[in-house]
Amino acid sequence: MNASTPEVQSHGGTQKTQLRQMIKKMGSLIGLIGLSLVLTFASPYFLTIDNIMNVARQSAINSLIAIGMLLAILTAGIDLSVGSILALSTVMMGIVVVKMGMSPVVGVLVCLGIGILLGWLNGMMLTKMSLPHPFISTLGTMNVARGLALIVTAASPISNFPASIQFLGAAFIGPIPVSFILVLVVYAVFHVFLNYTTVGRYIYAVGGNPEATRLSGINIDKVLIIVYTISGLMAALGGLVLVGRVNSAYPLAGLGYEFDAIAACIIGGASFMGGEGTVWGTLIGSMIMAVLRNGLNLLSVSAEMQTVAIGIVIILAVYIDVLRHKAAARVKT
Amino acid sequence: MCEYLLSLKGICKRFPGVNALTDVSLDVKNGEIHALCGENGAGKSTFIKILTGVYQSNDGEMLCEGKVVRFNNTKESFSLGITAIYQELSILPNLTVTENIFLGRELRIPGFGLLDYRRMNQLAKTALLELGIDIDVTKTASEYTMGYQQMIEIARALIANVKLIIMDEPTSSLSGREVDVLLKNIHMLKEKGIAVIYISHRLEEVLAIADRITVIRDGCKIGTMERSEADEEKIIRLMVGRTLEEKFPRHQTQKGEIALRVRNLNQRGRLKDISFDLHKGEVIGFAGLVGAGRTELARAIFGADKIDGGIIEIFGKVVKINSPKDAIHHGMAFLTEDRKGQGLILMHDIIVNSTLTGLKKFCKFGYFIDQKMVVAEVDEMMRELQIHPAIPKMTTRLLSGGNQQKVVIAKWLCSKAKIFIFDEPTRGIDVGAKVEVYNLINRLVNEGAAVIVISSELPEVMGISDRILVMNSGKITGEFSCLEVTPEEILKAATGGISHECKHA
Ligand SMILES: Nc1ncnc2c1ncn2[C@@H]1O[C@H](COP(=O)(O)OP(=O)(O)OP(=O)(O)O)[C@@H](O)[C@H]1O
Ligand SMILES: [Mg+2]
Repeated sequence: MNASTPEVQSHGGTQKTQLRQMIKKMGSLIGLIGLSLVLTFASPYFLTIDNIMNVARQSAINSLIAIGMLLAILTAGIDLSVGSILALSTVMMGIVVVKMGMSPVVGVLVCLGIGILLGWLNGMMLTKMSLPHPFISTLGTMNVARGLALIVTAASPISNFPASIQFLGAAFIGPIPVSFILVLVVYAVFHVFLNYTTVGRYIYAVGGNPEATRLSGINIDKVLIIVYTISGLMAALGGLVLVGRVNSAYPLAGLGYEFDAIAACIIGGASFMGGEGTVWGTLIGSMIMAVLRNGLNLLSVSAEMQTVAIGIVIILAVYIDVLRHKAAARVKT
Repeated sequence: MCEYLLSLKGICKRFPGVNALTDVSLDVKNGEIHALCGENGAGKSTFIKILTGVYQSNDGEMLCEGKVVRFNNTKESFSLGITAIYQELSILPNLTVTENIFLGRELRIPGFGLLDYRRMNQLAKTALLELGIDIDVTKTASEYTMGYQQMIEIARALIANVKLIIMDEPTSSLSGREVDVLLKNIHMLKEKGIAVIYISHRLEEVLAIADRITVIRDGCKIGTMERSEADEEKIIRLMVGRTLEEKFPRHQTQKGEIALRVRNLNQRGRLKDISFDLHKGEVIGFAGLVGAGRTELARAIFGADKIDGGIIEIFGKVVKINSPKDAIHHGMAFLTEDRKGQGLILMHDIIVNSTLTGLKKFCKFGYFIDQKMVVAEVDEMMRELQIHPAIPKMTTRLLSGGNQQKVVIAKWLCSKAKIFIFDEPTRGIDVGAKVEVYNLINRLVNEGAAVIVISSELPEVMGISDRILVMNSGKITGEFSCLEVTPEEILKAATGGISHECKHA
């Protein structure tokens, strides 16, 4: 597999180095397992089917947004507008379906369409208007989309969606939430996309060295537009799940979601410098955040303290990664 | 005082899967110029990095003026008077010349703690004058050429009163005149009692300045000799373990139809009315001084920069090239001179880098990459180009300079191009590997490709091209057949003298 290309590649050498490779790749997974073990001992309720499915459901929205964010981070970019795109696309769906009484199919198309449109605009502003950094284009979109969401709803929520729209966010197949199945399917698709298609490989290349990539005959503008369009689409998809879960679309939905998504990518081993990061790492990063929130809830830690804890985990996770890189660099065989 | 400024004994360095250095010992005398020679990947740079504390040796010891030392970082070696100047300069382009020279050792106004710019500017100016250059030290470093920036680094070392300056391939991106200035200054350093360790693949430079020469092969020291015992052939034999038959092998092809026709190419302020034809089965060499516009021309033809006018025809058809993508579509390949900045994605491995241009051809069903096919092709290319170590998953950042260059070449071989532009293809490549590159160019030509080689090394241009075009200030100022041209004629055309027109037979 050629998912990411870390500091020291497997040198096909000794078993010891191969083991080290494994540990390196699995770093965040080990973190997730460790965290779960601790919580299993701390709370008898943690390791129950109910609770695990609960975590799976709670992580779904962030997972969907994070995988779009991963693409932006792989190109050494960022997408700050995902939370606002989520809000605008869902309230527009609410207006179309609930207020105007159109069919749910049209509503879903409007929702995803707005995500695609705004993401595409992010990409166009970055490349065709040559804005210097996606921080700026997506910061602009973040404000515009949030403002529009408040204007079109007159700042009030829209409820009573038909069951078909709630399906993704609320339904279960057996004990398993549909939203989590959706996440697994989406992640599998992204894994194939990033590793086995040319565009996917170009995304890594653009993040690693844009100039070398351009001179290798790759249209990097096109790659970037695709990246931000997909990120917008994933934000809207996350919104669809959110609407199903709470049976409501509201203009302040998704506030701060961009930071949860970024955190999931970073905890999962993606590099802000671009070019490094994996699909499965991001899933684990998102799970770690969900498990942590869930565990702290079970232990009745206050919401304020939870925020503090998440902050500490982000810094610790990246610090561990830094240490691992250093260890790998001065490894002695 | 003891005889040796520095002595290293039995240095070993292992990286995962590679023994970079095995039991290497070396002495450096006070004020001597000690050259280090060896093939790509022999371990020269690694040795230097151990000396300066970038890496730590796995085995062996280091004595500095008789005392055992061990450096954990470059700061510690610097405090004992050892500093290195790398090929990639560590100048900060946005700071002024003075600020660069005093970075980390700024002078302050006593009692105030504010920076004493007046005194620093004065000292910086004096240090640079000593090196024979007179520049405005209050301007930012980015305003000066590579050659000057290197002098700024040397001035930085002079101000700090170092005892040993290590130079790792310092001349590979300098023009001929800048090289002369550098070599002169190295002599000046020696007279001041400063020792220099000098690494270069250009043996004529080594022979011109070294007092002693040490040869390393495959991480082992082969021997140290006095300058008087050394000649080019002997060094090469020790480096590669055999003698080279032919320094510049020639291809055996007749030239065919016109592959690339350029007419009246213009780019504001850079290129003026460039016209030439490149035939199938032909190698054109572009000579000229650094900054003559050769790289700009290559970039313009390849669509990397916009042009302001002109016609480009490929195999008889007028084409519109707006981006490198278009150029590749029309069968062009362009090896950039700056392999780290524009050639490689350093954080990614050999597989990713060497297949970047040709990824589409590995696709099944139009979109999905066949990983097995990719690996097979990369294996094949690595064997062909003798990339070492032969580990496809090795991050290219960890390869030695010469092997990085080979990966860039592999990338373009993969694209199946018909017109190749090589910009300084042998920069940082050892003598043996140079011949490999020439053989490779010849093979491409024999297979019907057309090749442009841009090179600042005159013997190289003259040795491998069929025709030589000389550029000066964005214009073609001379055209010569390789058979009847002298270096003087080329230099004259390159520096603005009268050009000697001569059509190729
Ligand atoms: N950090 C590293 N990790 C793994 N291998 C390394 C690392 N640094 C260097 N190497 C390997 O050590 C060997 C020696 O490399 P080094 O850069 O010292 O060669 P060199 O003599 O300077 O070659 P060149 O003339 O091409 O610059 C090479 O095989 C290289 O791939
Ligand atoms: Mg080197």
